[in-house]
Amino acid sequence: MALTTYIEAIRQGIWEEMERDENVFVLGEDVGIYGGAFKVTEGMLEKFGEWRVIDTPISESAIVGAAIGAALMGMKPIAEMQFADFISCAFDQITNFAAKCRYRWGAGVPIVVRGPSGGGVHGGPFHSQNPEMYFVHTPGLKVVCPATAYDAKGLIKSAIRDPDPVIYFEHKFLYRHPRVKEELPTEPYTVPIGKAILRRTGTDISVITYGAMVYTALDAAKELEKEGIDLEVLDLRSLLPFDREAVLDSVKKTNKVILLHEDTRIGGFAGELAAVISEEVFEYLDGPIRRITAPDTPVPYSPPLEEFFLPKVTDVIRVARELYAY
Amino acid sequence: MKTLNPNIVAQETARPTVLPPDKTLMDMLYFMQLTRELEFRIERKLYRQGKIVGGVYVGRGQEAIAVGSCIDLRQADVVCPSHRDMGAFLIRGMPVRTILAQYMARKTGATRGRDGNMHMGDMKYNLIAFVSMLGDNVPVAAGIGMSFKMRRQDRVVICFFGDGATSRGDWHEGINLAAVSKVPVVYVCNNNQYAYSTPLERQMAVENVADRAEAYGLPGEIVDGNDVVAVWGGVTRAIERARAGQGPTLVECKTFRMTGHSAHDDAGYVPPELFQFWEERDPIRRHERLLIERGLIDVAGTEEIKTRVNREIDEAIQIAEKDPFPDPEDCLKDVYYEEQ
Repeated sequence: MALTTYIEAIRQGIWEEMERDENVFVLGEDVGIYGGAFKVTEGMLEKFGEWRVIDTPISESAIVGAAIGAALMGMKPIAEMQFADFISCAFDQITNFAAKCRYRWGAGVPIVVRGPSGGGVHGGPFHSQNPEMYFVHTPGLKVVCPATAYDAKGLIKSAIRDPDPVIYFEHKFLYRHPRVKEELPTEPYTVPIGKAILRRTGTDISVITYGAMVYTALDAAKELEKEGIDLEVLDLRSLLPFDREAVLDSVKKTNKVILLHEDTRIGGFAGELAAVISEEVFEYLDGPIRRITAPDTPVPYSPPLEEFFLPKVTDVIRVARELYAY
Repeated sequence: MKTLNPNIVAQETARPTVLPPDKTLMDMLYFMQLTRELEFRIERKLYRQGKIVGGVYVGRGQEAIAVGSCIDLRQADVVCPSHRDMGAFLIRGMPVRTILAQYMARKTGATRGRDGNMHMGDMKYNLIAFVSMLGDNVPVAAGIGMSFKMRRQDRVVICFFGDGATSRGDWHEGINLAAVSKVPVVYVCNNNQYAYSTPLERQMAVENVADRAEAYGLPGEIVDGNDVVAVWGGVTRAIERARAGQGPTLVECKTFRMTGHSAHDDAGYVPPELFQFWEERDPIRRHERLLIERGLIDVAGTEEIKTRVNREIDEAIQIAEKDPFPDPEDCLKDVYYEEQ
């Protein structure tokens, strides 16, 4: 049976939506003849033609602005940011134009802005960032961060069909990682935005996470199993909106929680989750809410620095042991 | 005085050799007058009476630009107005009452109280709402034009902005994208020579906004922005190019902002003789003179138009003033698509 990589799953999802709906098109830097810097759009130019796979100048703000304009006319644009880091150049168009149209004047902006985020590939400060929280803090947007090939495909399809702007963060470390390959259903499917999924059920501690950190949590769970600590791993998949119910249910069950993400600490999603958990299910908690995140620094380049920066399996094991002892 | 540019004066005579039909000439006067009187009520009456809260920005002296640009558009064409283009809304058919309700923050306004001023749009009229970040609508218009090209639709989009917006990166990115994509967009610059308090020479080192066009490989044309027929001529040529598949054009309309940046700004930084110079080139008076010369109207007729638009405005104000404010909890609605 054929196994599909995370990156191929994204490509398939876009491809299927482009076949399904002629309003769907792709624009971005090097997405056409080159097939994208990471090859997410490979073969699409040949299949769909130059007016549905558009190579643009290096102008992230104009890429998103043009996507907004086309979306207002009823198109379903997918704007690629070559690296998610470059989304900062389009911040204004996303947060002020796209996010506020429906609220202000009832005009939907069904765009997808997607791009590779995350570290672990020695990309340095400008090719490794996790910029999700800038957008999670913007009402009007949706933000998703798939961790598996199945979800990568299902969520890109949902993002394309969604009537509102969706920021779709791919984790580049997962793109071709052999571990993430899986057999995908042959029939069409989608994954709903706003629904988390349990990657591992456990009884002692909930680890709530997303993106590449799902694997860090699972690896830690495997180790901790040997010493009788049973972790539950909840993959959020969507950050805005996030699956409140799944988060609260898990905490109510295990009574202890670790919030894990690759993004930096202050203003990271863990802070919001911690607030919601303490507001809603405080009386269920048998220990402090613990965060494991990157430190508040840029993402460094040199391998020892980057390794220090990224949350590790050993971090999860250490914190889980401390929390278990409560 | 740098802004007393002899070119501007010289261009007053550069009228198109062909005039629009008489009816269009008359409609131009009506819409300019409606714009002027409506904005007068908004800025000098309703705002000062406290019936409009927040800020108010008007385009007094610039009425010819939106009117001359939009008067010949087709229903399917799209307009991205800027914040001094009231005429665009009126010509596209947005009711005066809706506009006034918008300014007065009512539920019946174009944004149902979510936004104020000319920050409004409605896809029913193919009007795209402006955002305060100047120049943001420039790449958006490029994308609108791209959609027309993709779907092989015979439509054009007009995108308005001021001289100040041309200092922003989005403007440059958007113009460049439009140029390389050869999309049917007409970019219209209201060059009113001041960006808030900052005069043009502190905004750009080139003499004309249109000079910027050459750098991006699209035609840049300069017209007298206080002559509605000249604006119409320049924009009509640009629309024809767009419809013929020849890509975008930048039309710079030289004009002057006859007010402060907003209602609270007394424009004390503007030399009074500049106001004097431009007052003599008032676009409405000039157009009235043209219509009188051509025997389309007499002085009494021009007064009648003024009376007529004021009657329309009075009626609209009476309705809008009685319109309800939004319910406080409406604050929470429409952030995302909601099933009806």
